[in-house]
Amino acid sequence: MENTTENKKKSLSVFWDEFSRSNFLVILLAIFTGILLGGVLVAITTNEVYAAFRESIWSGFGAAFRTAWNTYVALFTGSVGNPEKIRLAFASGDQLAIRRAINPFFESLVQSTPYIFGGLAVALGFRAGLFNIGVEGQIFIGAATGVWAGYAINGLPTIIHIPLAMLFGALGGALWGFIPGLLKAKTGAHEVITTIMMNYIAFRLVDWLLKFPMKDPNEFTPKTPWILETAKLPRLFDTPIRFHIGFFIAVLMAVAVYYLLFKTTWGFELRMVGSNPNAARYAGVKITKTTILAMVLSGALAGMAGANEVLGVNYRLLPAFSSGYGFDSIALALLGKTHPLGVILSSLLFGFLRNGARSMQLAVGVPIDIVSILQAVILAFIAAPAIIRTIYRLRESKHEEDLVSLRSWKG
Amino acid sequence: MAPVLELRGITKRFPGVLANDHIDLTVEKGEIHALLGENGAGKTTLMNILYGLYHPDEGEIFVNGQKLDVHSPIDAIKSGVGMVHQHFMLVPVFTVTENVMLGEEYVKAGGVLDRTKAANKIREISNIYKLDINPDAYISDIPVGMQQRVEIIKLLFREANILIMDEPTAVLTPQEVEELFKIMHTMIEQGKSIIFITHKLGEVMDIADRITVIRGGKVVGSTTPAESDLNDLASMMVGRDVNLEVEKSESVPGEVVFEVENLKVLDSVGALAVNDMSFKVHAGEVLGIAGVQGNGQTELVRAITGLLQAVDGDVRLCGHNITHLSPRKITEIGSAHIPEDRQKDGLVLGFPITDNLVLNTYYLEPNSKSIWMDQKSINENGKKLVESFDIRTPSPFVPARNLSGGNQQKVIVAREFSRPIKFLVASQPTRGLDVGSIEFIHKRLIEKRDDGCAILLVSTELDEIMQLSDRIAVVYRGKLLDILDAKNATKEIVGLLMAGIIPSEEEKQKLLAKKKQILIT
Repeated sequence: MENTTENKKKSLSVFWDEFSRSNFLVILLAIFTGILLGGVLVAITTNEVYAAFRESIWSGFGAAFRTAWNTYVALFTGSVGNPEKIRLAFASGDQLAIRRAINPFFESLVQSTPYIFGGLAVALGFRAGLFNIGVEGQIFIGAATGVWAGYAINGLPTIIHIPLAMLFGALGGALWGFIPGLLKAKTGAHEVITTIMMNYIAFRLVDWLLKFPMKDPNEFTPKTPWILETAKLPRLFDTPIRFHIGFFIAVLMAVAVYYLLFKTTWGFELRMVGSNPNAARYAGVKITKTTILAMVLSGALAGMAGANEVLGVNYRLLPAFSSGYGFDSIALALLGKTHPLGVILSSLLFGFLRNGARSMQLAVGVPIDIVSILQAVILAFIAAPAIIRTIYRLRESKHEEDLVSLRSWKG
Repeated sequence: MAPVLELRGITKRFPGVLANDHIDLTVEKGEIHALLGENGAGKTTLMNILYGLYHPDEGEIFVNGQKLDVHSPIDAIKSGVGMVHQHFMLVPVFTVTENVMLGEEYVKAGGVLDRTKAANKIREISNIYKLDINPDAYISDIPVGMQQRVEIIKLLFREANILIMDEPTAVLTPQEVEELFKIMHTMIEQGKSIIFITHKLGEVMDIADRITVIRGGKVVGSTTPAESDLNDLASMMVGRDVNLEVEKSESVPGEVVFEVENLKVLDSVGALAVNDMSFKVHAGEVLGIAGVQGNGQTELVRAITGLLQAVDGDVRLCGHNITHLSPRKITEIGSAHIPEDRQKDGLVLGFPITDNLVLNTYYLEPNSKSIWMDQKSINENGKKLVESFDIRTPSPFVPARNLSGGNQQKVIVAREFSRPIKFLVASQPTRGLDVGSIEFIHKRLIEKRDDGCAILLVSTELDEIMQLSDRIAVVYRGKLLDILDAKNATKEIVGLLMAGIIPSEEEKQKLLAKKKQILIT
C-alpha cells in the first residue's frame, strides 16, 4: 500500500519535473505574469485609484483591484462577447441580436487572420535562419497587387477570381521577398537591413499607386476602386459579422507550411540551412537557392496577409491600412516558437487582444496602448525565460533549444 | 606536514547520474598530479566542485590541513586554488595586462588604473616562470599557446598555489605542448602544485608525478608513471583490456582511385595554402597526411570535397575530374568525408540523431520518395546504425547536441560508412576523443581499407598517422615535402619533415637502422 503511494508521488514529481522544464509552461506563465503586470499598470494610471488611496490604504487597494478587474472584463467582453448578452439574445430568438452578441468573437478571428499569414511568413524565414523584418512591406505590396486583381480583372467567375486575386497578392509579396533573398545569396547583404529598406520603398510605392495609377477617379482622397463582387472572400454570416473564409485559408496555409517544413526534403534542406549552414553545404545543399526560395515563400505568405485584408475586410485599398500587422507578426512568430501550430495559437492571442483593446478603451476609458504594453511585457518574458524561471522557481531547461540562430554570411 | 590539498569522500549527484562517488584525492606540494579518465568519467565535475562552481552533496575539502568551504570561484582563489579552463576566458580586444587585472585591478589615486604597476608584476612573474609574455600585447594578436600562458599568469598574479589545468594540451600544437610542459616543471620547482586533467595517456607518462584514474565517477586506482605502462593505464581508464596498437595486415593496394595533380588552393585571406600538391591514393590503402596544424591540410581537404574552389590543378576520383564539381556531385561519385570540425561541418546539433544519419542521403530512396520524406524508413535506418555503430544514447531521437564528442563522431562515421563509398577523407577523425572511441574508429577505418576503400587520413597526431598509414605524406607550409612508405618511416624522420627539414638519404638510413635495432632488442 505504502509502496503505491510512494510510486504515485514519484510519478507526480517526475511529471512536475518534466513539465516545469518545458517551454510551454514558461509561455503560459509569461502570459499570466504579463496580465498581472498589466493590471498593476492600469491601476497606477487611473486617477480614481489615487483618490481612493487618499481615503485609506484598503479602499485604495480595493479601487486598484476593481479598476484592473473591470479593464479585463471589458477586454474579455470586447474580444469574446458578453455571456449575459449572448444568453439573452438566444432567449429572444432575434437573429440580429444574436449576431450582434456573438460578433466580438468572430471579429477577433477576423483580426487574427492576417496575423496567421504574417506569423507564418516570419516563422518560415526563421527556420531558414532568415530574419524577415520586411513582412509589413510585403503585406502592403500584396494588398496592392491583390486589390488590383480584384477590381481590374473583369468577367471571371468567383471560383477563379478569388484564387487568382489571392495569387496576385502572394506574387507581389514574393517579389518583395525575392529581392532581399537574391541580395543575400549573391552579395551577402544582410536581410535585416535590406528588408527594412524594402519596407520604406513599399510604403511609399503604395502611397504613390494610391494617388495616381490606382486611384479611384470618383474619389477625392487616395483610395482604390472597390473590388468586384466576384473577388470578395465570402462572408459566413450577415452583418455585422465580418467573418470570412480568409481565416480558413490561413489555417490551411499553416497546415501546408507544417508539411513543407517537416515532411518534405525541401523543408529538411531549409531547416538544415537555418540551423547549420556549414553542415548544409557539407551535405550538398545549395544554400543560395534555399535562401532565395525561403525569402520568396516568406514574402508570398506575407503578401497573402495583405490580399486577405483587401479581399475579405476592406474591399478596397486605403493608405496605411495594415497598422503594424507585419511587425506584430515577428513577435508572435517567436511567441509561437516558429512552429505553424504555435503561430496559429499566438495569432489568436494577438487577434483577441487587439480586438478586445478597442472595447476596453470605449467601456472603461483605458487607453488602447495598455494592450501594446501587455503584449510587450509578455514577449519580454518569453524572450527572457530566465526571468520567469526565477520568479516561479522552475528548473533549467534540460537542453538549450536552438530555435532560431540568426546568422550573417560574411563574418 | 599536511598535503596541500585533500579531497575526502566527495559525492555529487545529478538527476539520474552519480557524477562523483566518494572520491578521495590527495595532492602534495610540488607535484604534478594527473587526473586521468574518459570523457564523462567525472573529472570536470570534481574540479568544478573544488573550484566552487558546484557544491558537493557529501564530502570535505582540506587545503593545507584547513577545512575549506567553497561556494564560489572567489572562495577558491582566496584559498589559493586556480583553474585554467579548456576554453579560455579572455577579452580579445584587451591587452595581456588588462586581462590579468580584470577582477583585481590596481588603482592609482583618483580611481585610475595603474597599468604600469600591474605590467611590472606580470613581467616579474613571466621572468620567474620563463613564460616570455609581453604585457602590452593584445590577446587577439597572440597565438593560442601564448593565450594559455596568460590564463596561467592570471592565476599566478592572484598567488594561486594549486593550479587546475583542464585538458590544457587539447588546443596546442606538439611544439606548444612541449613548451607548456617546461613551464609546468618550472612551476613545481617554485613550489606550486598542479592538477593536470587529461585523457591523453602519453602526456601523463611524460609529465605526471602521480596519477589518479577515475572511471564512472569513482577512483579506480592510483599509480605513478614508473609503476605502470600505457596499456595498464588504458585498461584502468576504460575498464577492460584495450589494444592501443592497431592490428592490421599488410595492405593490398589496387588501382588508383583518387588523384591530385598540381593542386593550388587559396586560404580565406588569399594566401597560397596548398602549393602545387600531387599525390595518388590506391584502393585498399591508407595514405596519411602528416603535418603540424595549419600547413594547408584544412584547405586541401576542403578543396577535394568541393567545399572550396581550387585555383589551379586537377582532382580526379574514379576517372571523373571533380575539381570544379559541387559537394553533392562528389559525394554521389562515391566519396565520403569525416570533417575536421564535427560540430561545425559534420552535424546539425539541433537535429535528432536519426536525421543526422541521413544528412547527405535524405533525398534518396528509401529515405524519401520524390519530395516526401519517409520518416519511418529514416527512423529504421537510425535505430539500425545506432546499434551497429554502438552509439551510446538513450534514444535515436535525441538531438545530436546531447551526445558526447565520441558518440557524435560515431554518428558521422556511421553515416559515411553506411553508404557505398570508394574513397574516404578522414580529417582529424579522433581529435578530442576518449580511448574507447579512438580504438573503435581506428578499427572501422582499417576494416574499410580492407574492403578496398581508398582512404586519405589527415591528422596532426603523429601516433595516429604512424599506426594507420600504409604510406605517409608530410606537408609543410602548403608543400608536400615527401611521401614515405610506412616501412621506411620512423617518428623521427616524419617529425623532421613536419618541422620542414628534409633529411638526407644517409640520415634516413641511420634513423631507420635505429628503429630496427629497437625492434630487435
